[in-house]
Formats: sequence, structure tokens, C-alpha cells
Amino acid sequence: MSTPKTLYDKIWNDHLVSENEDGTSIIYIDRHLVHEVTSPQAFEGLKIANRLVRKPNFTLATADHNIPTTNRDEGISDPESKLQVDTLEENCKEYGITFLSMSDKRQGIVHIIGPEQGFTQPGMTIVCGDSHTSTHGAFGALAWGIGTSEVEHVLATQTLLQTKAKNMQINIQGELPLGVTAKDIVLKIIQTIGTAGGTGYVIEYTGDAIKSLTMEGRMTVCNMSIEAGARAGLISPDEKTIEYLEGRPFSPAENEYQSASDYWLSLATDEGAAYDKTVNIDASDIIPQVTWGTSPEDVVSIDGLVPNPEDESDETKKKSMIRALEYMGLVPNTPLKEVKVDKVFIGSCTNGRIEDLRAASKIAKDRKVADHVNAIIVPGSGLVKQQAEEEGLDKIFIESGFEWREPGCSMCLAMNADKLKPQERCASTSNRNFEGRQGRGGRTHLMSPAMAAAAAINGKLSDCREI
Amino acid sequence: MEKFKKIESNAIPLPMVNVDTDMIIPKQFLKTIKRTGLGKNLFYELRYDEKDVPIDSFVLNQDKYKDSQILITGKNFGCGSSREHAPWSILDYGIKCIIASSFADIFYNNCFKNGILPIKLDESEVTKLQKAAENSLSFTIDLENQKISYYDKNINHEVSFELDKAKKTSLLEGLDDIGLTLAKVNHISDFENKQKSTTPWLYSQQIK
Repeated sequence: MSTPKTLYDKIWNDHLVSENEDGTSIIYIDRHLVHEVTSPQAFEGLKIANRLVRKPNFTLATADHNIPTTNRDEGISDPESKLQVDTLEENCKEYGITFLSMSDKRQGIVHIIGPEQGFTQPGMTIVCGDSHTSTHGAFGALAWGIGTSEVEHVLATQTLLQTKAKNMQINIQGELPLGVTAKDIVLKIIQTIGTAGGTGYVIEYTGDAIKSLTMEGRMTVCNMSIEAGARAGLISPDEKTIEYLEGRPFSPAENEYQSASDYWLSLATDEGAAYDKTVNIDASDIIPQVTWGTSPEDVVSIDGLVPNPEDESDETKKKSMIRALEYMGLVPNTPLKEVKVDKVFIGSCTNGRIEDLRAASKIAKDRKVADHVNAIIVPGSGLVKQQAEEEGLDKIFIESGFEWREPGCSMCLAMNADKLKPQERCASTSNRNFEGRQGRGGRTHLMSPAMAAAAAINGKLSDCREI
Repeated sequence: MEKFKKIESNAIPLPMVNVDTDMIIPKQFLKTIKRTGLGKNLFYELRYDEKDVPIDSFVLNQDKYKDSQILITGKNFGCGSSREHAPWSILDYGIKCIIASSFADIFYNNCFKNGILPIKLDESEVTKLQKAAENSLSFTIDLENQKISYYDKNINHEVSFELDKAKKTSLLEGLDDIGLTLAKVNHISDFENKQKSTTPWLYSQQIK
């Protein structure tokens, strides 16, 4: 009998083109997502070397980082952003790659549209010049972010040179308490293992609490694997995965769906397979989480206090805590629930899906956004937006005083006009609270959509379970 | 890619942990469609104030480090986004070697694609080198022999470092990864033919 294998081992083996003597391997890439920010130099490289795109049909492109979320009819006013988006469109035309433009209903954040279109499937290798490519791991696809040189490598060869990572299992046992979501799970994980905890590993998330998540929730968890340092996060495909993908535009056709599903289910980690590391977390211990600092590992429970650097024994950590608190304008030992916010951002590849908007709308319904708060909702894709409008969520939000925007990355990285002013404080459903991430001097608190909506209503960080 | 040659230079001490790629090169500079010209904006928000005036106290603005080719920094350097603009801005500034106790994975990988040598050392060793860098001592980085050396008060200090063999060769020879992979195009075609029979749906439902 062969050695028991993990989900990661199996996908790796099924994509091994060749092994080099120096320990690296050539790995086949099944699908490639492309966006405007990390691709122009890759296409330029192809042109200079006079190379072609090997598999245009395995490649899907869209513009998401740079595009406006208001007044789309007027086009892109920032000339640099416009040039980047136009360059992508021209490159796609030249090399025969499908490009979903800003006017296409299917346009949206790459990591939202991949699954939505059935472009993402279990057992695949998927890459994109974007660190949040780990999102697609929710389907049991091995998906990771790459730099522009590697984007060029994939365009030209449909492969990548890789060294195999180690296997880590993060097991979330038990049942999640009411009001606690996928975002709270992943923030808890990052707090537990740290932002470098997953470096060198591919994480497989297991346990009842993970299995009980919807596909949307699983995407939220896998999305932030990179914030724990892991290139990729994986969840075993199951009946929910199969059901989600059935009938989507690029999903396997009806006559192939059964054999595809059988293959997907066969990828589950074998009994007795060894992980290099296992971390256990009890779901029943998790309550809604928020970040207080400038690293995604700076996480506390909403009923907690702003931490005190004096309690930290490690000198380097203490110094970075002092710096973070100063940047965030927070005083140690302040209850989190007393921290006032100026802006609220609900969206991003972490939490811009329909389920996220539904959760936020439940809190928003029949309530008003606090007078001093500016709150925006940015759906992850045109189809998410359409679905939300069909369900009347847009009306709930607008009546509550939220702004209802067009899809894109928006204030998650603030490359377009949506950004914080210096010292503005934001309750955000995005993935990074780095200094300056949402605008120079801007202060970000990461949390779930329900928590962000609660912050909008109360005008300060709040426990969504108490609304 | 240029071949990696021996470096002799003083080193910039930046004793911060978890320096993320947003800090290395903020988003407003990602709108470029070129690889070059990013060096002047490296560490932008640490280096310039809100009116674009250089902040004197920041290490890159100190004259003695103006031509440094080495950066010595804290753990988990380069965490965050996959933007290759981070190593591009570092290289464009003139830095060819980064020493830290650990690096974020994508950033680490991106360095080798651009002829930058990231060196991982024990934290205690990095701290010693930080001190030497603060005293503006000159370092020699010898990739061939995997050694860092510097003189302190006439005593020669040598520190060895580990590096994956493939990555070392790639830097020393300035290899074109794509060219090397394309030399194995037959393997790729064979793989595709095999995959077409084992998982045919990957080929029948392509993007049109």
C-alpha cells in the first residue's frame, strides 16, 4: 500500500511535470488569473523576448485594483490608473486572453469572480499575481500568489519552478457560537500562530467548525492564509463544494460532472497521513475578534482591552507595540468597545461576497448609521451586486445610510479614490491593517461584516451579538 | 538578469520587524507599467513627510548610507502583498543584499527573480551585524563562498550563511528561468497529454 498522503501532497503529485536535480520541480498550472497591477511588466517581458502565451484559454483577466467604485460611466479619471487598465485590455487582446472589463456584469475582484464563474475547481493549481490567491484553496485547489516575474513564467510556459512546502494542519474543533463567523476564526488563527507562523507551509484547515462553513465562509478563511505567512490554504472538497460549482459557466459539463466530482472527493487527506505540524483550536472559545494594531496578528476579542506594552517581556515586541499604538492613536487598557470609528468599509476579496452582505444587512436593517460615520459597501463583483439588489439588500443599506458602490478592491488597498485621511479610523472587513494600507496615516481595525455593520450603527467598535 | 557579483559596501540598519510590502513601496507607486524608477520612493512613508520632504532621522536619508548596497533588518521582512514592485524598488535604490532572521515567502522568492540576495541568519547574528552596520563598517558579501565578512577594530569577522543550491546558481549565473523551462517544453506537452486523459474536464470547459 502506498504512503498515506495529504490533500496538498496529492495535488502536488498530480501536477508534477518534472523534477530537477537541484531539488526544484516544474509544476503545471491549470488556471491563471490576471489583473492590471502585477501584469504589465510580465507582458512587456514576453514581448521583449518574443514569446507567446502558452494557454490563453487557461487564463482569465479583469481589472479590479485601480477602478473607481462610483460614476463608472465617466471612465477612470486618474490617468495612471487608466493607462494600467488600458494596457491590460490591449495585452489581453494581443495574446487572446479573455478580459472582463469594467462594463461587464461579471467583472469584480479576481478572487471573487474565479469561484463565481466556476473557473476555480477542486484539485486544480491556480495562481495569480496577488497574495490573496490563497482564497481559492476553499475549493481544495492549490492556489497561491506570485510575483510579476512568475506571472511571465506562467504566461510563457503554463508552469512554475517550485520547491515543495511542508504540511500544516489547523484543526478547528467543535461548534462556533452564534454570531461568530469565518472571519473571527481566521483572525483567531493568525493571533494564535502569528504572521510568520505559516511561512514555509501549506495549511490545511480541518475540523467540524470548518466543515460547517459555507463555501463563502471557507473562502474567507483561506483568503487570509497569507496573513499567517502561508502561501496557500486548503479545505477538502465535499458535497458543499460539488453543489456550489454545479452549473457555473466554466464548471465541468453535465456529462463530465460525475467523474470530476469523484476525482475531487478522492483528493481528501488519507487517514494516517502525516502533517509536519498540527495546531488545534476550539471553536467554542472564539468570540468576535477585532485587530487593535498594525499587523493582522494584533488581534483581541471585542470584549477585551487595548493591550499594554508594559505587559510584554520581549523588548522587540514591546517596541513594535508602542509604535503600533502610537500609530493607531490608542491608549493601553481602553475597552475596545469605547473606540470611536469615522469610516466603515464592507467589501474586499475577504468579505465581499453575497453572504457577507447578507450578514451586514441583518444588522443594518431598520437602523441608522451613526451621524459621524461614513460607511461604504463595495460588492466583490457585478454578480454579487446584482444578487444583492435582487434580494433588496441595497435598499436596506441605503435606507440605513450606507453608500452602495460598484465592485472592486476599493478601500482594501486604497489604490483608487476610496481611502482614509490621516488619523481617520476605519472598521474594515478587509485583510490588512498595515500602516498606510487604507491611506497614509489611516487607522484600520479588521473584523467581520456583521461587526463592521455594528460599528457603523453605534459609531464605535461594537459586539454584533449585542445589537 | 545580471550575474550576482561580490559586494563590498556598508549596510543600512533597519531594526524593524514585520516590515510589509506596503511599507516598502506604497500602493500609489504600483500604477506604473515599468520595472524601473521606483527607488526614489522606497520606504516612502518612513522616508518623506506628508509634504514630500525627507525625514532627516530616517536611515535612508543619512548621507553615510546613500550608496549602501546592503540592508540589515528584522524578522518576517517583506510580508504582505505579492507586489514585485517591492524588490524592484529595493534594487532600483541600489540594494542588492538583504539580511534578516526571516523573510515572507513570496517576497523571498521575488528577490531571486531580480538578482537580489536575501540572507537568513539567526536573530543573534543579525543583531551583531546591525551593530556593525550602525557603526558604518564595510561588509563583504561573497555568495560564491556563502560568507559575510567585516572588519571591526582590525579584527576580521566572518559569518557563513545557508542557501538553496538552485537559488545560488540562479543568482551567480543570472539565469533566465523561463528560457530554462522552455528548454523542457517536451515534458510540458507530455504532461498536458496525460492530463487530458486523466482529468479531461480541465480541457473541455476552457474560457472562450
